[in-house]
Parts: sequence; structure tokens; C-alpha cells
Amino acid sequence: MTTPRAGTAAPHVGDLHPHDAVHDHEPSFLRKYIFATDHKIIGIQFLIMSLAFLLVGGALAMMIRWQLGYPGQAMPGGTVLPETMAPGGVIAPEFYNSLVTMHGTFMVFFAIMPLLVGVFGNYLIPLKIGAPDMAFPRLNMASFWIAVPAGIIMIFGFFAEGGHAGAGWTAYAPLSASPEHSGVSLGQQLWCVSLIVLGLSSILGATNYITTIINMRAPGMTWFRLPLSIWALFVTAVLVLLAIPILSGAVIMLLFDQTIGTHFFLRAGEPLLWQHLFWYFGHPEVYILILPAFGMVSDIIANGSRKPIFGYNSMVFAILAIAFLGWIVWGHHMFQSGMNPTLGTSFMISTMLIAVPSAIKVFNWLGTLWQGNIRFTVPMLHACAFVSMFVIGGLSGVFMASTPVDIFIHDTYFIVAHLHYVLFGGSLFAIFAGITYWYPKMFGRMMSRRWGLIHFWLTFVAYNLVFFPMHNLGLGGHMRRIYDPNQYEFLQPLQGLNEMISISAFVLFTAQLIFAANFILSWFKGEKAPMNPWEDNSLEWTVPSPPPHGNFAATPVVYRGPYEYSSPEVEQDFLPQTLRLPTDRPPAAASAGD
Amino acid sequence: MSWLLSPGASTYARDIDAIYYLILVITGLAFVIVEVGLIWFLFAYRSRPGRKARYTHGNNTAEVIWTAIPAVVVVMIGIMSGSVWTHIKGHDSVPADAIPIGMEARQFEWHVTYPGADGELGTDDDFTVRNQLHIPVGRPVVLHLVADDVIHSFFVPAFRVKQDAVPGMSIPVWFEATTPGQYEIACAELCGLGHYRMRGMVTVHEPEAYEQWVREASTTVAAAR
Amino acid sequence: MMRAVLVIGIAFVALSCGGQSDSAGGTPGAAQEATPGATGGGSITGTVMFAGTAAANPVIDMADEPQCRQKYGEAPRDPIVLVENRRLANVFVYITSGLPDGARYPTPSTPVVVDQDGCLYEPRVVGVMAGQPVEIRNSDPLLHNVKAVPTENRGFNRSQATAGQSFTQTFTRPEVMVPLECNVHGWMKGYIGVVAHPFHAVTGSDGSFRLEGLPAGTYTVEAWHERFGTRTATVTVPADGSATTEISFTPAA
Repeated sequence: MTTPRAGTAAPHVGDLHPHDAVHDHEPSFLRKYIFATDHKIIGIQFLIMSLAFLLVGGALAMMIRWQLGYPGQAMPGGTVLPETMAPGGVIAPEFYNSLVTMHGTFMVFFAIMPLLVGVFGNYLIPLKIGAPDMAFPRLNMASFWIAVPAGIIMIFGFFAEGGHAGAGWTAYAPLSASPEHSGVSLGQQLWCVSLIVLGLSSILGATNYITTIINMRAPGMTWFRLPLSIWALFVTAVLVLLAIPILSGAVIMLLFDQTIGTHFFLRAGEPLLWQHLFWYFGHPEVYILILPAFGMVSDIIANGSRKPIFGYNSMVFAILAIAFLGWIVWGHHMFQSGMNPTLGTSFMISTMLIAVPSAIKVFNWLGTLWQGNIRFTVPMLHACAFVSMFVIGGLSGVFMASTPVDIFIHDTYFIVAHLHYVLFGGSLFAIFAGITYWYPKMFGRMMSRRWGLIHFWLTFVAYNLVFFPMHNLGLGGHMRRIYDPNQYEFLQPLQGLNEMISISAFVLFTAQLIFAANFILSWFKGEKAPMNPWEDNSLEWTVPSPPPHGNFAATPVVYRGPYEYSSPEVEQDFLPQTLRLPTDRPPAAASAGD
Repeated sequence: MSWLLSPGASTYARDIDAIYYLILVITGLAFVIVEVGLIWFLFAYRSRPGRKARYTHGNNTAEVIWTAIPAVVVVMIGIMSGSVWTHIKGHDSVPADAIPIGMEARQFEWHVTYPGADGELGTDDDFTVRNQLHIPVGRPVVLHLVADDVIHSFFVPAFRVKQDAVPGMSIPVWFEATTPGQYEIACAELCGLGHYRMRGMVTVHEPEAYEQWVREASTTVAAAR
Repeated sequence: MMRAVLVIGIAFVALSCGGQSDSAGGTPGAAQEATPGATGGGSITGTVMFAGTAAANPVIDMADEPQCRQKYGEAPRDPIVLVENRRLANVFVYITSGLPDGARYPTPSTPVVVDQDGCLYEPRVVGVMAGQPVEIRNSDPLLHNVKAVPTENRGFNRSQATAGQSFTQTFTRPEVMVPLECNVHGWMKGYIGVVAHPFHAVTGSDGSFRLEGLPAGTYTVEAWHERFGTRTATVTVPADGSATTEISFTPAA
């Protein structure tokens, strides 16, 4: 853009200083930081947005934990909430249902998913494949600026008459589709509209990632020299592109059921259809929320172990296998739904098979650590925590994959424990690893290691105190989404455990404020980051921190894969992808797409 | 903080519990192996100055081993689970001599309809009781589970039985109680603002006491009409 | 580009709101001024009679709610039909026609109270003017949810988990009757008659009612009962005088 647009030029009328010459080189503030097309800025925009939603989702979880730890007692500060939510500071049952629903919705759609896909997809893909930017920078901008109104609409739901959506983040119809049964009309409609809008954002982003990875790899960056994070993001983008339209379609039908009198999911229609559509999207979504974590953790563990990733090809095929199997297991969410019991058996077998690629990944991470020279950086600690926590989440999945055991633990806290071991112990630890790892590149500053360690250990301990005992709650029969478990005699002995979990949850939340403070303060006061603080091989570490607009001064040429640590060919224990050794030949042709 | 299940009170509770404990042992072993290995590696291979990591890209034999073992184990668990599942929820699993009982879930109550003296539902001597399920010990019963408004889920933890009730469907749920006593019925599927209070009670009687209860209840319900 | 996106977003929100608000955009009640001449010193007093015998009210099984059950001696019955000396209680009586055209009446700001006491609505039948607040209380130490399922007004479905809670709601459009129900206790039924003027009443246990402050004229009075439907009577009120009427229901409604 060489000439300023009329809108930005107007304020300069009468201004004697010759600013226009500067504007020719530097985009305006608005162009550079707000309506930016630079993938790095968009990645950081997504980062700030989704961390804010992470905080919102966490705050909702604290209210849930208050009610479960101290049922029926006035919440400290609860009186600031309106009477419809918490009369006298005591959380009302319908508000509790909204809390449960919106905690899940915000965490899945507005925190974890944009953190993994929006942040790291945007920030890492062009840098790691040696491209100057995304294939469609303006689509990329649109993807962010469509996500923002979606979030705003979702927040508005809290102020809607009748309260926010309260049918769970899975929005099972007919409860979600019939206001006369839920008491919620506008809130649930805003929920639908927000997800439809957000879906558009995800689809634009996914299209961009796929095109960029296929077409814009630097010379020599063959498919099997891609970092595993890029493989994972590529496969994730394919899943997003295929899965999100299913959700959007189903949610549009749900919205029609509520507003224009259709009966897709109501009694006259087919209530189970919603569950089939939702989980046909929802199970690939589970892998959308974990595959990028797999990829980033692989990068960080190889770097921290100073070893090549163990079994690169198996890792790639495991990602592909999980992505494929992810499409044929949705029925395991519906074993007790009234679905044909014979289908239950087939879904059980396909579900069990997912344990195989998951096990391959875990063992390969262990293989990478084996005989390494492990550096305990903060991101490495988070990555190792990811592995150990994901193992628990994966193993607990075997229990509910078994149809008879699922009869007992379905819709209990055992499921809640499992999904938090995958989404918090898995995805969120990987996100912490990723943020602390790439923060120096993003902001040109190091995060404080001391506060990083304090945050890590507090989080790791408190996290396990919160979620591990939830397995035991579930085995005691404790149902999910129960406002007051003490209504049941068989749950009353579990109240002490519930209270302990709540106290740990408050500690866990407080620990995240340490992370927030470290994040913000380091931005301004952190030590200046060198170009390659972790001595990593990947392309983003060959450019300044933060990288300039356009990323690379000259198109990089790639000679090897990203995991050549401790190679006997060089003295130092890392070997950048772009470093040309005397034995290396340049790639045959400079065409990246082949 | 217990990994043991509370005592079961139905015939198939022990089948479910057996598979649960089998999976608990297998996953427990896997958990210990992986976590101990992880901690051991982290300790043994911590960074030391002047040392370089072993340069290796993997090992195909190892890949085959840790692909094959989990695959065999999970398929085995799957096959064992499949037979128990079919016994409990399969198409023809309902025992022929099961007592039929109507169970209608609605926001936020269970309406239990008993067949009355003739032992058949849908006849004039049926009677309906709110939130109270009475059954005899040692004899299978089959609930015809329906929902009036939204999806609910019939859950008796002691019987290890859980089945969603779906509007527009009638789903048979059978079980056979083994121990007389009182057990709670919970709703396990979020069904609205009173979900947490959708509680019922199963009373398991000795056979004679059950007959007597049916006689008394049918006359009181008839008198109240 | 951005503007288009925003417009689409706003259109979506507007659409979804539109589905809601058409039922709620009724006449604003509280701001109305009284029209001079619309009231007077006349009144209608009357009695609602019941000819015949009604079947006994069904017994309510309150075994699951001991805190409610203990408020009653013998097993409580659902008070659907209350007849004493052939007089019918809980009948909503109001004027359907005869008031001066375009007459407007001030909306009372004092709320009409519906209490949930002993797992029943007390009173079971109330009348309010459109726009007048209805206060819903819970006197039971357990969860009730109040669900209003109107056709003309906007409904609501709210819970009250403990004793002492209350909230107020208003209905903006006339509607006879707005049913109330509690989903936790399927037997609980209540009715709110919403009318555009203050000339409404609910019969007491003696079957009597009184409509006051009427200008002289000839009126149609309608009586509504939840089981037996509606009856009407035509009554002429002299200036500053009183008229009486008797309305009769029969069980074969």
C-alpha cells in the first residue's frame, strides 16, 4: 500500500509535518496492529483474545467449584451478580447450568481451539516453512475479525432475558431447542449465532493454513522435513475444514427449531439426530484440540532432549491415523443414548483402536527422552507434564470406551476427569509449553524463568489435586452437571472430596494469574531475547526476534529435517535446517510445491 | 479416594465390575510403566556439561512392539466388553419372564406405572406412582423407558444401570436385583434447572412383600382417583 | 469487508431477537394515565354458584417432600374444585365489555403475591392488571421452579432453591389465563388472569366477588374456572349504585 487511504489521510489536512513520506514505508498503526494482515500480528491478536477468554472460562469454573464445594452458600462477592443469576449471592440452579454450559463453550471454542489453531497455526506455519506470510493474508485478517464479534455475541448471552444457554456445551436437543423446557430463549439463540459466526472464522483460517502449507514451503522443505508441529497443524486444518461445517449446519437447524418452528430435533423430529451431528463434528473436534499440542510438544521435547525425535515417520503416521479414526468413533459419546446397541459394539472397537496411535506417540516421546541430554527449560517442563498427563487422559479413556463400564461411568465425574486430563493436562500444558517457548520470538523478550517455574509447579500440583480425585467422584457415581450433589444420599459422603477439589481449584486459578503477570510484565521488562535462545534448528530461529514484516530477508533453503540435534557432523549439539554443510547439495529446483 | 466400586445389587453388576477391575489393572500397569519410565529418563538423562545426547532417529523393532502390544490388549478388552454389553443391552437381552413396568421421565419427576394384578401394561388395573419404583428381589424387571419432554437418563448406581430416556422412543431397560433394600434413582442427563433434584427411589422387596405392596398401592391409588 | 461482516452479524442478532420480541412488544402498562370519566362510583357484587356435585379432588402424593407433607394433617388433595354450600371458590371474574371506548386506567404498582407454600400455589388463582407486578415467593425450604406458559405474553421459567426467595414479573398484555406450573412438583398449578383494567376479582370460599369503581353502564362479566370453563352475565350498573348478579356453573361443563 503506497498511498494512504482517504480515511487515514483526512486528519492530516492542515498538518505541516511531512508525515506522508513515513506512511509510504510504514503501514499506519491501524493497519499494522489492528486490521493487520501480517500473520505474526494476527497470531498475537488471537493469543490475546483467547487468553482473555481462557481467563473468563476459568472464572466461570471457579463459580462452579464454589457451588460444588459449598452448595447453597452465598459466594464471596456473589451479591454483585444480578438477582436472576445469584439471589443473595447464592448461585441459582439455572445460572449454574449456564455456568457449566458457558465454561465448556468458552474453553473449547474461544480458548483452547483458537490458542492452538489460531495462535500457533498463524504464527508458526509461515515461519517454520520459510514463507513470507500466509497464502491469503486478507482472509487471515477476516478470520480474526470474525472471531471477535462471535466472542462478543457469546458474552452478550449472559445479559439476555432468561439467562444464557444452559443445556450444556453439547446443547443436547430437545432441551436446547425448546425454550419452554429450558426457560432460556434468547441466550440459547445467541449461543447458536455466535458459533455459526465463529465457524466462518475457523473455516477461513483452515483454508489458509492448508493452502499455505501445500504451496509456500521453502526450497528443500519437503513433506518429510516438516516439523511435526506443522504436520499436526496441517492435519488439524483439514479436520477443521471438514468438521466445522457439520457443526454450523447442525447449529443452524437448532436455531431454526427455536425461532421459526421447525422440528428437526424436537419430539416430532429426531432428538438423537442432534447428538449424531454434534458428535460427528465433536469427535474430530477433540482431535483438533489435541493434535496441534502433539506437534508442538514433539518439537519442544526433541529440542529439550537435544535428540532427534524418535520415530519421525511413525509420529506422522500416528497423527494421520488418529485423524482418520477420529471420524468413525463419534458413537462412543452415545452408548447410553438409545442408539442401536449393536452400533455400540462397533464404535467401541474403533474407539479402542485409537489407543494404538496414541500409545505410539507416547512411547516415541519417551524414546526421544531416552539417552538425551535433557535441559529443564520452562517449556520443556510443560511438555513433559503434557506427556505424563496425556497418558492419564488416554488410559482413562479405555474405561469409557468399554461399553459395559461406560454404562456406569457415563455422564459422571469420571468423564469430567478424563476430558480435563486431555484438555487441560494435554492441550493446556502444551499451550503453556508453546507460549513460553515461542514468546521470545513473538515479543523479542524472555519470560521470567523464576516465575515460570513457580507457575509450572503450582499449576502441576494444583491441577492434579483438582482433577485426579474427580475419577474417584465418578466411581462413586457422582453425576455431571449437578447443581447440588447433596440431594442424593449416596453422594453425601463425597462432599469432603468435593470441597478439597474446590480449594485446589482456587489455587489453580490463582496460579494462572502468576502466568498472566509474567506474560504482561515480560512484554515490557523482560530480558531482550537473542535470535535463537533455545538453540533450535527450525527456520523461525534464523530470523530476528521478533521477525520483521515478510519474515525472511531472502528465501531460505532447507537442507535437512528439523530434529538434527547432537548430530555427529557438527561440534555443537544442534544443526539448523538452513545450515549448508560441505556435503549438502542444494535442492534440485527452487519450486516449493513439489 | 477409592478406586473400588461400591457394592453392586444387580445380577450383571459383577460382570461390569469385573471388566472395570480388569481395565483398572491393565491401565494401572501401563500408567506405572510409562510414568516411572518418564521420571527415570528425566532424572537419568538430565543435562550434564560436556555430554552429548545419543544421535538416533528411532528403532523399527521398538515401533512394532509398542504398536502391537497395545493393539492386542485393547482388542482383547473390546471383545470381552462386547459380550457383557450384548448380555445387558443387546436386542434380545431382556429375559422373557421380566415384569414389565412403565417408566416415564419428565421435568423433573419419574412416573412409574405398574401393571397391576394382571401383570400387563396398558390395561385398566395399571396404576401410576410418582418417583417410587418397587420391585421384587431375584426376578428380572423390564422398564419401558420413555420421556415426556426432554432427554433424561435413568441411573441406579447400585444396579450399574444407566439408560437415556428419549422423547419419542420407548427403550427397554432390564435388571434383576439381588439384595433387598432401598437404592436411589438419579437423573444422569442434564434436563433443565431442576435436573439435580430429579431423584427417585427403588425399593427391592422380598417376593411376598412385593405382592403385598402391589395390592396395597393399587387400592390406595384407585381410592385417590 | 469489515462492515459487511458486522452488518451480517448484527442482522443475525436482530433476527434472533425478532423471534422473541414480537410477543413482548405489548402496550406499555405503567406509563398509562387514567382517562377522565372511565371510573365511577358503581359496583357489581355477585356470587358464583355450583349446581351439582363434583368428583373428589385427587390426593397428592407428597411422600418425597416431607417438608411440604408435614404442613398437612391427612393426605393433601389438589384443590381444583372448592365448593362450599354450593358456592364455588377460585373463579376469576372480570369485565369483558361495556367499559367506555378508549378508557385507560392507572396501573397499580403494588405487586400481587403468589406464594409457594406447602408445595401448592397460594393463592391458586389471582388477577392482575396488565403491567402490574406479580411477586412470586417461595415459603418452602426446597426447590420450586415457576414456569409461566402464556400464549400472548412472554413466559418465564425460574427456580427458587430455598425459602424466602422472591422475584417479580409483569405481563404486558391481557391474557386470561396465564397458567403457572412447577416442573419439580407436577401437581402444582396456578393461574394468573391478566386484564387491561382494574375490574377483576377472584371468588372467595363463599363464592362471592365484588367489582368496584365502575361508571354507570351495561357490562358483560365473564367468570372463568379451571375445570368448568367460562360463563358470562350481563349486568347494568346505575350511576353511583350497586348491581348484583349470580353466575352458575354445572359439572357437565
